[in-house]
Amino acid sequence: MTTLIKGARVLGGDPADLLLEDGRIAAVGGRLSVTGATVVDADGLVALPGLVDLHTHLREPGREDAETVETGSRAAALGGFTAVHAMANTDPVADTAGVVEQVWRLGRQAGLVDVVPVGAVTVGLRGERLAELGAMADSAARVRVFSDDGHCVADPALMRRALEYVKAFDGVVAQHAEEPRLTAGAQMNEGDLSARLGLTGWPAAAEEAVIARDVLLAEHVGARLHVCHVSTAGSVEILRWAKSRGVQVTAEVTPHHLLLTESCAESYDPVFKVNPPLRTDADVQALRAGLADGTIDAVATDHAPHAVEDKESEWAQARPGMLGLEQALSVVVQALVEPGLLDWAGVADRMAVRPAAIGRLDGHGRPLTPGEPANLLLLDPAARSVVDPAALASRSRNSPYAGRELPGRVVATFLRGEATVLDGKALR
Amino acid sequence: MKRHLLEAADLDRDDATLVLDTAAQIDQALAGREVKKLPTLRGRTVVNLFYEDSTRTRISFELAAKRLSADVINFSAKGSSVSKGESLKDTALTLEAMGSDAIVVRHSASGAPHRLAGWVRGSVVNAGDGTHEHPTQALLDAYTIRRRLGRLDGVRVAIVGDVLHSRVARSNVWLLSTLGAEVTLVAPPTLLPVGVGSWPVQVSYDLDAVLPKADVVMMLRVQLERMNASFFPSAREYSRRYGLDALRLAALGDEAIVMHPGPMNRGMEIAADVADSVRSTIVEQVANGVSVRMAVLYLLLGGASS
Repeated sequence: MTTLIKGARVLGGDPADLLLEDGRIAAVGGRLSVTGATVVDADGLVALPGLVDLHTHLREPGREDAETVETGSRAAALGGFTAVHAMANTDPVADTAGVVEQVWRLGRQAGLVDVVPVGAVTVGLRGERLAELGAMADSAARVRVFSDDGHCVADPALMRRALEYVKAFDGVVAQHAEEPRLTAGAQMNEGDLSARLGLTGWPAAAEEAVIARDVLLAEHVGARLHVCHVSTAGSVEILRWAKSRGVQVTAEVTPHHLLLTESCAESYDPVFKVNPPLRTDADVQALRAGLADGTIDAVATDHAPHAVEDKESEWAQARPGMLGLEQALSVVVQALVEPGLLDWAGVADRMAVRPAAIGRLDGHGRPLTPGEPANLLLLDPAARSVVDPAALASRSRNSPYAGRELPGRVVATFLRGEATVLDGKALR
Repeated sequence: MKRHLLEAADLDRDDATLVLDTAAQIDQALAGREVKKLPTLRGRTVVNLFYEDSTRTRISFELAAKRLSADVINFSAKGSSVSKGESLKDTALTLEAMGSDAIVVRHSASGAPHRLAGWVRGSVVNAGDGTHEHPTQALLDAYTIRRRLGRLDGVRVAIVGDVLHSRVARSNVWLLSTLGAEVTLVAPPTLLPVGVGSWPVQVSYDLDAVLPKADVVMMLRVQLERMNASFFPSAREYSRRYGLDALRLAALGDEAIVMHPGPMNRGMEIAADVADSVRSTIVEQVANGVSVRMAVLYLLLGGASS
């Protein structure tokens, strides 16, 4: 299969043609012409490496009513992703080689993105003893990222052991940083607004204290640490300090924490309930600055589909989490590209290159140059559209962006040279 | 008035004054009458949807609706379809399909009445939601203060106790400051919310310093369970530092009154002789509650039909 992309602006540069052949980029240059190739007109479109998500909830096995590997893969492809890490908090939990291989196989069957399973750090996410991390690493799924996401590995001794143990196979522990004793019953960011709304507060210190502890542990044992969904200005400062000391720490921020603030909670509409919670405008600005200067390495969606009945309820009863895959790039364009905080090379770095490096994915996050795997997307940066949850490919509808106009439209996505999305529509 | 009464923070000075004035008119109209009933809401249906036990608030709303000649249905979450897992939305739609014109809701989740208001066409009255608000309690408190002291403007109100978990405190903070009163919150720092600095109030940790300057002392119920979560070391220590006893009562000005939303923990936040003293308005508050709730139902429902 040969595809010729005409006139794409690679990383926003001058228009060039890209020839995709046998899963790789065969040539990049001006006015390529090949007979028999499928031609894709990319006039005015920006070409970026296929996005890599370090943090996706695909809900299968267990909650196929909310999302499946296939529907989540389709949402990912439509969002410009070519690889997603599937979080371990499924039912059963992905804490054995058997479950991670099942998720990996379902991803291969769907064939829309590379589904990379994340393994649980502890058995059943219970935070008591290590899961068989080595078995998951050695399985067909080749797990390198381990996380109890949804729960914090709160026990400091257990966290230390996990950080140390995964060094044997170049793994990384992705920590959901939340001191559970400080967030019992927490519903939203703790501050002026939670005081008024009468919703139990989730203090920034509960996140920052765990990050501070963990970077010290990672430094002490010389291990890699990844921090999930950083949400506060204080966390950015701690990460900046840790990186300046040479600690092997990386961090991610979600699209929603880059765009939305706690004020969304005033509606009491649980579509805005998420963990960690939406924070203040000052936090949003600090997160944008941290992503722009590289203190935060990656944008990760924390795409969290929920069935209608889990959101159409009282705030306190609702499950936390929001959709993200299909709007992630648009949010980054709005929050960082349009204000001039990040250029297209920066977007590629934070949404493809660095997340692929953190997850040790060889074939993703590569430059768009001859010989490299043809994983890429074409974005129309000038397009703007209003988000309609009913039109999403996800099986769930809990998008916090419903009714918002966002910039940018993913026109096409290619996974190893094969189009998974063309004309903004998934091909399977 | 708006269609719903969801929070005291929503009420502007005109709305709030209208409720109080209407309650006063109702009291006048019923004074000395043998049959304490007005025909205003005949043919309208009010549902009391109570997800939390609250005998006094439910009875007060029930009486208010009945005295306006409305049909009243009491729907308690216990022993109903709710215990079989029916959602708030389904319950609300069911009640509305049966023809309810107003739903009075008490719920343990903050914001539940706001959700309800988005699902039904009728009026929603918040009868207490989680740790958020209890607007009719604040209205009856304001009504009581106005009756006793003749004004609200410039009245110095001390609200004492577990502000953090209190919907009564929140509603009173917004309503009383809207009506021109000067509110001081008095509590141990553990029982004040982070963010209280943004409220239109003074904050003090020292009850004895505040009492001589207070026209109204409103004591909040303190639940003993809070002790186990280390909000304070012991009931005795709490009572010593923040309880209102006869000695402290003597520090109050001559005209000052003592209020409590009930139910009281006698001997904990309030001493028995204080609760029963002539300064106490506790029983009056209960009586005023019916009038104020009649005013609210009248203003929300009475206008809509005409």
